[in-house]
Amino acid sequence: MKKITIPENELPKYSRRTWIAMIQLALFSGIGYAGWRWLRKQPLDGGLLGGIPAPLRKGLETNEDLFTRYYDQGRLVKEYPKSKAATDVRINGKIGQDNSFVSEDSWSLSVQKANGDFLEIKLPEIKRLTKTEVIFNFKCIEGWSQISWWGGVRMSEFLKAFSLEKESMFKYIGMSTPDTEYTVGIDMLSALHPQTILAYEMNGQPLVLEHGAPLRLIIPVKYGYKSLKQIGSIYFSNGKPADYWAVRGYDYYAGL
Amino acid sequence: MHWINFPLLTIMIWSGVLIYWANDVYELRIGDVVILNFFPDWMYDLFNIPYKLSKGMAYHFVFMWLFMLNGLIYIIYTVLSGEWRYLLPQRKSFAESWQVIRYDLGLIKQLPPQSKYNAAQRIAYSMIIFMSMGSMLTGLAIYKPVQFQWLTNLCGGYEAARAEHFFLTIGYVLFFFVHLFQVIRAGWNNFRAMVTGYEIETSNEDSK
Repeated sequence: MKKITIPENELPKYSRRTWIAMIQLALFSGIGYAGWRWLRKQPLDGGLLGGIPAPLRKGLETNEDLFTRYYDQGRLVKEYPKSKAATDVRINGKIGQDNSFVSEDSWSLSVQKANGDFLEIKLPEIKRLTKTEVIFNFKCIEGWSQISWWGGVRMSEFLKAFSLEKESMFKYIGMSTPDTEYTVGIDMLSALHPQTILAYEMNGQPLVLEHGAPLRLIIPVKYGYKSLKQIGSIYFSNGKPADYWAVRGYDYYAGL
Repeated sequence: MHWINFPLLTIMIWSGVLIYWANDVYELRIGDVVILNFFPDWMYDLFNIPYKLSKGMAYHFVFMWLFMLNGLIYIIYTVLSGEWRYLLPQRKSFAESWQVIRYDLGLIKQLPPQSKYNAAQRIAYSMIIFMSMGSMLTGLAIYKPVQFQWLTNLCGGYEAARAEHFFLTIGYVLFFFVHLFQVIRAGWNNFRAMVTGYEIETSNEDSK
């Protein structure tokens, strides 16, 4: 900063300069405030829970593009020894898990193929595939995290085993609970991540209902709200599939 | 750049608290005695915080770019203009800052000689820049803990990074109050200098 020494008689000149600077500050404050007002008055996106201003949704989508570009399939989520896994695994939601699920025998996973046909897959057919275990720090968007231990089949392996190679060329996988209430959409790259599994075990035991029996998604490269419990159906699309939390103002990508 | 920081940081802190609310686990305690709980319910209610996690994230992850950009421009400007010479602490600053604090508390009458900023200011203003870099890095460590796992590990893990990010923010708020108090105390001429960029002294023609 300059320190200027001026004679008394030039003070008015500097007083004028000071005024100009002050007015500039006020002007910029005004512009900033107007911008803020504008943002606050924009139509809301995802209005089911109050929603977020539409320009911010655009911002989140820009972040998504950026971080999708930076994403690397080789970056694995840190794994822990089984002894570190929580025994009291947190249950944080029951949405979409109504009582329509009776037993493993009555349940089947419905997969819609690219040609419109449906595959109905029973649990034993999935359990027959190579089991993969993941013990990782499960991260909830609320801000908590917990080390938990899951067992199931890699999504990539599942797709291969049921000859869904063509389907895995789509941009997204969509999933929903049997009652279709809870839905998630996942970009194919993250779905094919080596630690993304269709889980049927937790802590070495068969899944219980509260944790998404008989089959749930575990996707460690995303926040927990993408790890859908009790999968009823799977489909593939190039547009973004329906997503329960995205229409409630949350980020669609949710990549970690 | 300085003035842009104020609204931006306000938005970042506000949206950050919206996010933090969803899992508000931090508190200061000695033994079993909780001294400070972050945050009490009356504070959430006062600022209309509860149940706005998604909104908080949307604002936080858009305005973070502006905050970073502003910081970057500031650093580039400070380096290129040579202003860093007035800003970075000198070897003597650490000892002198103690005298400045004693002066501020009214314990001594004479400030050590200084240029644009005194020793305590040099330390405080430099520290705040490093704190904002810390916020950026710990923020990224929580935001993308898989893609930037090395950074998350550097922060001591995911949970640790979240706590560091939080307490850096508490640091800003404390800084802000001291800063505001000092500006008010320094008076009009100083405030004018903060806006115009120059400080005025009057003198008679012949005293030059």
